[in-house]
Amino acid sequence: MSVKKAIFSPLFENNPIALQILGICSALAVTTKLESVFVMCLAVTVVTALSNFFVSIIRNHVPSAIRIIVMMTVIASLVIVTDQILKAFVYDVAKSMSVYIGLIITNCIVMGRAEAYAMKNGPVMALLDGIGNGLGYSIVLVFVGFFRELLGSGKLFGITIFQTINEGGWYMPNGMALLSPSAFFLIGIFIWGLRTWKKDQVEESN
Amino acid sequence: MIEHYLSLFVKAVFVENLALSFFLGMCTFLAVSKKVKTSLGLGVAVVVVQTITIPVNNLLYTYLLKDNALQWAGIQGVDLSFLGLISYIGVIAAMVQILEMVLDKFVPSLYSALGIFLPLITVNCAILGGSLFMVERDYNFGESVVFGVGSGIGWALAIAALAGIREKMKYSDVPEGLRGLGITFITVGLMALGFLSFSGIQL
Repeated sequence: MSVKKAIFSPLFENNPIALQILGICSALAVTTKLESVFVMCLAVTVVTALSNFFVSIIRNHVPSAIRIIVMMTVIASLVIVTDQILKAFVYDVAKSMSVYIGLIITNCIVMGRAEAYAMKNGPVMALLDGIGNGLGYSIVLVFVGFFRELLGSGKLFGITIFQTINEGGWYMPNGMALLSPSAFFLIGIFIWGLRTWKKDQVEESN
Repeated sequence: MIEHYLSLFVKAVFVENLALSFFLGMCTFLAVSKKVKTSLGLGVAVVVVQTITIPVNNLLYTYLLKDNALQWAGIQGVDLSFLGLISYIGVIAAMVQILEMVLDKFVPSLYSALGIFLPLITVNCAILGGSLFMVERDYNFGESVVFGVGSGIGWALAIAALAGIREKMKYSDVPEGLRGLGITFITVGLMALGFLSFSGIQL
């Protein structure tokens, strides 16, 4: 597998959210603001890349019976470090994301890639695969976050794009975009678009 | 007192449903909801694990990890709360393992019914999320028992309902690109809209 493929195929061909059904859990709740989306994407990409890297380094020394526990420990330690760093430097954003940073531990992307890829490949390729999957995850999150913040509060990154009626402008914000169901609809639409473009991802039955 | 617990319970089941309003446990929620029977099995497993792990993690937090929690051992001013994540996941993994052995020994019928789902629960975000919410909202022991049962039942209810809808969806003609995962997301969105109508209920 080439370097290019490791990084770019998870973006659309083998997207972790749209095709592998991984890592939806902690993703959707943080997408009401683009700012927290970026923090979340960065955190997940870093954790996935590093955990892939470390798991790959120790893969030949770990008996397969206890590999899950070992991976869990590696991932949990990385997430604790990430959590502490975020609390130290971007406290407000970290606070608004409440439990979802801690939930990166059980984000199936991290575990899934460690199990499926890092256990069988060398450290460098595993690192790149982690970055690629982190980016694939980010694409979906940024897509969802963009529409939710724009439609829900008329802003992007907290900067007003559409002046809302409450502030004397013309835009009537769509309150539903800030609530949980809209995230499901947006991801559904994203998958629809992706599968119309790449026909081979269509599932046969329901 | 009893009213307080009751309202917490109803809130955990409906208003703050882990799956539909906090998106927790989504991976398994979408992947294992094709048949009502299997999803019910998974739902029961989640209720059991949730009911045990949240109170246990609550004790762990109160007596070991919280700021100044080690006072009972005569140690002052120690704050171990940064170790929270790794201890909770450890407790969850251990509990699932113990539960698996106990069920295998004493209730083999339930053990074989749950099958592969039991070990999978370790990586279900609803379980870890439940524990983290317990810490964040500062529940005491009694409240965390109620919250554990309630949130587990809420999750089980949501997955059983989704599986029921998906079984019926076999008969409908879904646009090509939406088949499978896409339409499931939209269905879950509509269900979440339904559950939103519970919000604002005061007990």
